[in-house]
Amino acid sequence: MTIPRIEFRHISKTFFGIAHAVPALQDISLKVMPGEFVTIIGASGSGKSTLFNLCVGLIEPDAGEILIDGEIPQNRTGMVGYMPQRDLLLPWRSVLDNVLLPLEIQGIPRKESRQRAFDMLPHFGLEGFENEYPSALSGGMRQRAALLRTWLMGRSTLLLDEPFGALDALTRKELQDWLLRVWQEFGRTVMFITHDVEEAVYLADRVIVLSTRPGVVRRELKVDLPRPRRQRMIAEHRFGILVRGLLADLGVDV
Amino acid sequence: MRWRRDFVPPALLIVVLILGWYFVARVSGLRSFILPTPLDVFRAGWETRGLLLNAIGTTLLATGIGLMLALVAGIGIAALVDFWSLAHRALYPILVVSQTIQILAIAPILIIWFGFGLTPTVLIVVLFCFFPLAISTADGLTSSDPELIALLRAMGANKRQIWRIVRLPSALPSFFSGLRMAVTYSVVAATIGEWVGGSPGLGLYMLRSKNALATDQVFVAMFITSFLSIALFMLVYGIERLTLPWYHSAQRTEQWEGPGIY
Repeated sequence: MTIPRIEFRHISKTFFGIAHAVPALQDISLKVMPGEFVTIIGASGSGKSTLFNLCVGLIEPDAGEILIDGEIPQNRTGMVGYMPQRDLLLPWRSVLDNVLLPLEIQGIPRKESRQRAFDMLPHFGLEGFENEYPSALSGGMRQRAALLRTWLMGRSTLLLDEPFGALDALTRKELQDWLLRVWQEFGRTVMFITHDVEEAVYLADRVIVLSTRPGVVRRELKVDLPRPRRQRMIAEHRFGILVRGLLADLGVDV
Repeated sequence: MRWRRDFVPPALLIVVLILGWYFVARVSGLRSFILPTPLDVFRAGWETRGLLLNAIGTTLLATGIGLMLALVAGIGIAALVDFWSLAHRALYPILVVSQTIQILAIAPILIIWFGFGLTPTVLIVVLFCFFPLAISTADGLTSSDPELIALLRAMGANKRQIWRIVRLPSALPSFFSGLRMAVTYSVVAATIGEWVGGSPGLGLYMLRSKNALATDQVFVAMFITSFLSIALFMLVYGIERLTLPWYHSAQRTEQWEGPGIY
């Protein structure tokens, strides 16, 4: 039996505000298998980002266990690749020094880490831009730089929190296809948060629908569309049925 | 051209102001010890140039040493306050109080304690300058983006790495604002120290000229003090631009200069 890359077992988390206790996640159990592309969708407030913050070790669950490669680590920080919603590139560092950040933190010699970065720059469409400051890049390029930074952490699982949320529709589609190509070529495991139903279906092997306050897994949807995916599939009947199902689950389809 | 756009308007205005001053001084018929003309001031400066050069040297020495000590004190306090929250609570109010103390009252006391000479002057410069440095550096250190710190933690960074990679660099722009303020105060602070009896620099030159009713020489000292302050300010600004090229990058500054904001 294959060991899941990530496994949540009965995870619950409540936040305490000034006047209210806000249950963010309640009894979440889910597995992500090696090489899988899982998208997580839910309205805002469904605890999607909380799920990621738990997984990367920024916060601890009130109840439940998080397994990474079949084990419960003491300290989860640095064990999975993580990309938050904002690109969070350091404005005072060049693109190259930004993407090298995780390797610098891991204490890998600069010469070696530079080599790794230069090997990947073309795949991320950043060749020739390594010496620019982030302020000189377009939104799409900044996002790709942030992804490369996540990639160079060298972890087998990547958690991407709405990475394309702030991009215009065309750039977003372009980056979706690009992400799928890179994913298939290098075979990593991806968990991808989005609030865009089409995006969730288009990218995923499996879509997980979270409900709002408290976030519980409302449904898991297997996407059996062939790969490689093509943007024209969005107009196909099977795609439409999947999207319709998801809209109903999210309570947006009236 | 940028240079022309930035420098010609103030230069023209200064020329107009000097001409206006000359005109008023001549037409009003006021005597020279009440309102000297710009020409009188220039002549007075030239005639006492030997004395002035010595005075400038002395003042700059006190200013320089004072600034260095203020830098050490300011950054030290900022780091202490940042590492240790008890120090923050204990020190912050005292820092603020230190700025409300009358320097003019403290200065003679410092001279009673440390005698005439460089030490009291230097101390007055430190008193003036450490505060903007400490406050701006401390604020800079707390200004880093919390999400950025979270990202680094998620990458497995330890506290020291977070400090070096995020917190220190994001404090630098604020630190430099404080340093620009500090150097602008510093020369005036040194002359105040000298005026009340410190080292024989520009402040003493000013005091003696005033006592001799050599108003033109008082003006000379005033202009030189201003000039030195501006020069120091420009020097720091230059260093800042070299140190923080990203902060002054064209893409960034353009966002501030876009039309329709003001």
